[in-house]
Amino acid sequence: MMNRNTRATLRLLTPFFNPRRNPSLLPSTPHFDENWWHSQTNIAHGEHRVSSLFNPLRFSVKNQQMGVGISTGIQHKCYASMPGLVQRNPRFSELNDDDVRYFQEILGQKNVVQDEEKLSTVNTDWMHKYKGSSKLLLQPWNTDQVSQILKYCNSRSLAVVPQGGNTGLVGGSVPVFDEVIVSLSSMNKIISFDKVSGILVCEAGCILENIISFLDNEGFIMPLDLGAKGSCQIGGNVSTNAGGLRLVRYGSLHGSVLGVEAVLADGTVLDMLKTLRKDNTGYDLKHLFIGSEGSLGIVTKVAILTPPKLSSVNVALLACKDYNCCQKLLQEAKRKLGEILSAFEFLDSQSMNLVINHLEGARNPLPTLHDFYVLIETTGSDESSDKQKLEAFLLHSMENELISDGVLAQDINQASSFWRLREGITEALMRVGAVYKYDLSIPLENLYNLVEEMRSRLGNAANVVGYGHLGDGNLHLNISVPQYDDKILSQIEPFVYEWTSKHNGSISAEHGLGLMKANEILYSKSLETVQLMASIKSLLDPNHILNPYKVLPHSLNA
Amino acid sequence: MKIMVAIKRVVDYAVKIRVKPDKTGVVTQNVKMSMNPFCEIALEEALRIRESGLASEVVAVSMGPAQSVDTLRTGLAMGADRGIHVEANGSLYPLSVAKILKKLVEIEKPGLLILGKQAIDDDCNQTGQMTAGLLNWPQGTFASKVVLDKEKQVVTVDREVDDGIETVSLNLPAVITTDLRLNQPRYATLPNIMKAKSKPIKKYTPEELNVEIKSDLEIVQVTEPPKRKAGVVLSSVDELIDKLKHEARVI
Repeated sequence: MMNRNTRATLRLLTPFFNPRRNPSLLPSTPHFDENWWHSQTNIAHGEHRVSSLFNPLRFSVKNQQMGVGISTGIQHKCYASMPGLVQRNPRFSELNDDDVRYFQEILGQKNVVQDEEKLSTVNTDWMHKYKGSSKLLLQPWNTDQVSQILKYCNSRSLAVVPQGGNTGLVGGSVPVFDEVIVSLSSMNKIISFDKVSGILVCEAGCILENIISFLDNEGFIMPLDLGAKGSCQIGGNVSTNAGGLRLVRYGSLHGSVLGVEAVLADGTVLDMLKTLRKDNTGYDLKHLFIGSEGSLGIVTKVAILTPPKLSSVNVALLACKDYNCCQKLLQEAKRKLGEILSAFEFLDSQSMNLVINHLEGARNPLPTLHDFYVLIETTGSDESSDKQKLEAFLLHSMENELISDGVLAQDINQASSFWRLREGITEALMRVGAVYKYDLSIPLENLYNLVEEMRSRLGNAANVVGYGHLGDGNLHLNISVPQYDDKILSQIEPFVYEWTSKHNGSISAEHGLGLMKANEILYSKSLETVQLMASIKSLLDPNHILNPYKVLPHSLNA
Repeated sequence: MKIMVAIKRVVDYAVKIRVKPDKTGVVTQNVKMSMNPFCEIALEEALRIRESGLASEVVAVSMGPAQSVDTLRTGLAMGADRGIHVEANGSLYPLSVAKILKKLVEIEKPGLLILGKQAIDDDCNQTGQMTAGLLNWPQGTFASKVVLDKEKQVVTVDREVDDGIETVSLNLPAVITTDLRLNQPRYATLPNIMKAKSKPIKKYTPEELNVEIKSDLEIVQVTEPPKRKAGVVLSSVDELIDKLKHEARVI
């Protein structure tokens, strides 16, 4: 299976990257290194990747200094962790003053942003790993304006990047070159909330934490919760089918999103905003927009089913001596805690050390260090019976030596501090240096083996940490290095993807493909499936203006 | 030497408080209740003194309805040796609590009585002081540092006052009330939670202690503070002048 996939990948990539077949694709920049280029073509012929002979970050900075708006040379981008070349598609037009004037007529001067400082922020992703060179940020505040913008961009062949909270981790929310950024941040109204059914209708730019506060007042909660909740927007969550901490209890967004309003590339507004729990009338197209990362349409409104807020929440942080115990604990938890289990997360000792040492105010609730930690949350309606159930489960697990120690939060503050330890790992990683981040779905019994293999592969060159949503079989493998280094990257990729593919896992459990994994989709999906995806993309977005260079392999998008 | 710690079961610190529609009080139905944060600090200090060898036993005391036992169990899980529950339904004001504590002190004869400086539900900040008065014991309130000298039977307390820090020296037995910066309370670990199940909790009623619960206070009304108006971002100086003239009426 894997062999077929990689051969297929190579077949797709070869025509694009091989300069011997297309000499006009050779870049004309003076800093181009021929040796490096040939080493890249070696990749296309199945040999192992050779690390590049120059610092890619410097290369892309030089490119920007030369001015990106030149129509003569071919622009290239090299990303700190992508040993491949992305070329700006010459089919896309470049922005001119007439375009800017047209947008100003629709949105007013204030919402058409050309200010360099502001643009610099929205051009850069949260991890400071990807930087685009867009010259224009648009801030519509209703669906009609989004429709007009897209209709115009489609007619002018201007590429567009829809942007929400810009907290994505695969470079999907920022431009690659000079795509126009359409920000949904101004569309942040809550439209309606039905207190009986718990169905919430809101605009795509609502920040998740604000929605959670609103629902808290009404006695409800959001079915998803993630560390980025202070900045991420619901439109982005839906477009990336975000998973989060409560998926084990409330399921994925494909289940809780009841309706979506989206705008297609040609400006057509698709009103699929139903607030019905059951509606079997025809093909359920809203699912196309959940998880397609803005490449099929811009999500402008969402109708979502919210669960009632239950009063009894208990959080326990437990210590296990090895990964086997963590697995068995999960089995036991699903059985003994059953319907009240609302989260099951794990972190290894390296993750815990990182958080305690680099996050302010974080301290280890357990007196000694352990190899593995598991965070369990239960949510139910009866405080005393839930606590009894949880304590019985914990006592039983201790007696069977599944856990070696643990703490049970006695009040909401303690519960938040336990969650901070788990949710703060991402932030702590950012403070220490550069991170290579992988989000993988792997069968439970092999999940941690990948972390151990990466540790032995990289040795002292990197700090490999593993944590994640153990309840969903989702590992967040993070490799922390002082700075991005292609030598290290070549040890990581494609090994991580091949390993995952060999174990029939997914190379992107919840983060999506974005720019980072656009060319790796064949590690997890068959060629026929990907080709059908490409057909659907061409049907909904014939000019390929929506979020180009991302999600699907580059050669399919040409 | 025994240390007695008084702990109170209150609405959890992180809960958003709402006023009952009839304005007689705050909603406590279906709301998470926990140990008062200052009481946690008091208990932590008592446990540290015991662990340093200067005390032999820590007794946790709580007064209130039957559910107060849950809070006592938390105290036992943190490490207290015994619990005492005085069952009393209805509101208990600081003076009544102080009278009950006096009786318990006469029974248990501790060398130190440690309380939180105030409860986060009524913010009275009176119980420690009243109890010291009734017992005629010295008091060190708003403690941010406690140093016990067992030989001299003296405790030195750093108090956080408006002007800064005041250090007082108290002869034992004494009353101490704890402030925020005294320590960081420990978490209840699983082994201790399990052990706590078998620790004894003695029950009393106010009648058994010969204390009459009567209140000299009556709550007339509870209302929410007025809501803050949201700020407005203005887009030009003209708009600012217009608002200052016509809305704020200051020019």
